[in-house]
Amino acid sequence: MTDTFEPKITAFVCNWCTYAGADLTGTSRIKYPANVRVLRLPCTGRIDFMLLAKAFARGADGIIISGCHPNDCHYTSGNYHARRRWMIYRDLMDFMGIDTNRITFSWVSAAEGAKWAELVNEVTAGIRALGPYAEYKELVHAGVE
Amino acid sequence: MELIEKAKQLLETGAVKAVLGFEPGTHGGRRPAIVRRAERAARLVFDPGCAQNLASYVTRKEVKRLGRLAVTARPDTLRALLQLMAERQLREEDVLALAVDAGGQVVELETAQAMEEHLALEPKELPARDRELMDRLRRMTREERWAFWQKELSRCVKCYACRNSCPMCYCEHCTMDCNRPQWVPVPSHALGNLEYHMVRAMHLAGRCVECGDCGRACPVGIPVHLLTFNAEESVHAQFGQRAGASAKLDYALSTFRPDDKETFIR
Repeated sequence: MTDTFEPKITAFVCNWCTYAGADLTGTSRIKYPANVRVLRLPCTGRIDFMLLAKAFARGADGIIISGCHPNDCHYTSGNYHARRRWMIYRDLMDFMGIDTNRITFSWVSAAEGAKWAELVNEVTAGIRALGPYAEYKELVHAGVE
Repeated sequence: MELIEKAKQLLETGAVKAVLGFEPGTHGGRRPAIVRRAERAARLVFDPGCAQNLASYVTRKEVKRLGRLAVTARPDTLRALLQLMAERQLREEDVLALAVDAGGQVVELETAQAMEEHLALEPKELPARDRELMDRLRRMTREERWAFWQKELSRCVKCYACRNSCPMCYCEHCTMDCNRPQWVPVPSHALGNLEYHMVRAMHLAGRCVECGDCGRACPVGIPVHLLTFNAEESVHAQFGQRAGASAKLDYALSTFRPDDKETFIR
């Protein structure tokens, strides 16, 4: 059963750095697993913590959040705000017992196509080892959704 | 001067339009009371039974309409008042805090600065029971914590008492009442409950004054206050500020420092 498990990974990326970086990965012909679904948002500052909760609720086994390196934000400070938010949210998730190993935060610039491929490779391997996020899926089945 | 005397004086001189305090309720309990006439001041009481954080009333329209208000205040009420001022929900001149010292004497705190100084006198500590449960939770493995919260939250009926009792939950349009988009499922099933409490804790991170009223208000006894306490401690540990410490505090999550230190971003 675990041999056939293909993790579903949702990636929330910013338009200006990581999305362009992932484009570069493609144009550079670097391969990375197809388990990742890339969702483009204007900025990491736009990524509400509820989007992560929704991703898990809709069946994601792992999440990647990536944007511009500090000081490189297209909107000057969106990633700094995002960083603060994740610092608090990660603690809260851990306190509530949500598996923080399933969420990976990263800075990938538009020039780091190789880093993006490496990141997706690592995360996919990590989630594959962790298995499906059964705890959260049970929660969803217990509910109406 | 003692509380009743002070309240009478304030109302007679017109220094305040109303006094927000406590009166005896049923079965020896205490309930919030608004006194607007000096001759009614005699029913005011202030003792350890007066547990509720009265600051949750001062942002209400019907209370604001009364005019300048005196509030009998414990330390967490003061913190809540200061935090409301920091969030521009309350003007300094609209409120007068009445702190009662150990001898039953009233200390009038007229300005935000006076409140800040009064708060600085006593160290802030969580109640021993909360501290103990919090530490116990942090020592657990992640799976145990998940099981703990799933068991606790399974009793939640989403009555929103924790939200309504909170002095910091004053938004006219709460995310919970918003259905376009419907962020959090309405029914109180496992997912809806988890998401609701997650949202509540995140929206109070950096704003929670740790009065614990949400936990006291919970009709089924879920320690929901620990979630906001945890978020608040996380803000304090990482950004070095505490909600309610000053009327000039910036919201921790709408400011930043370029050198904020985290350990998990790759």
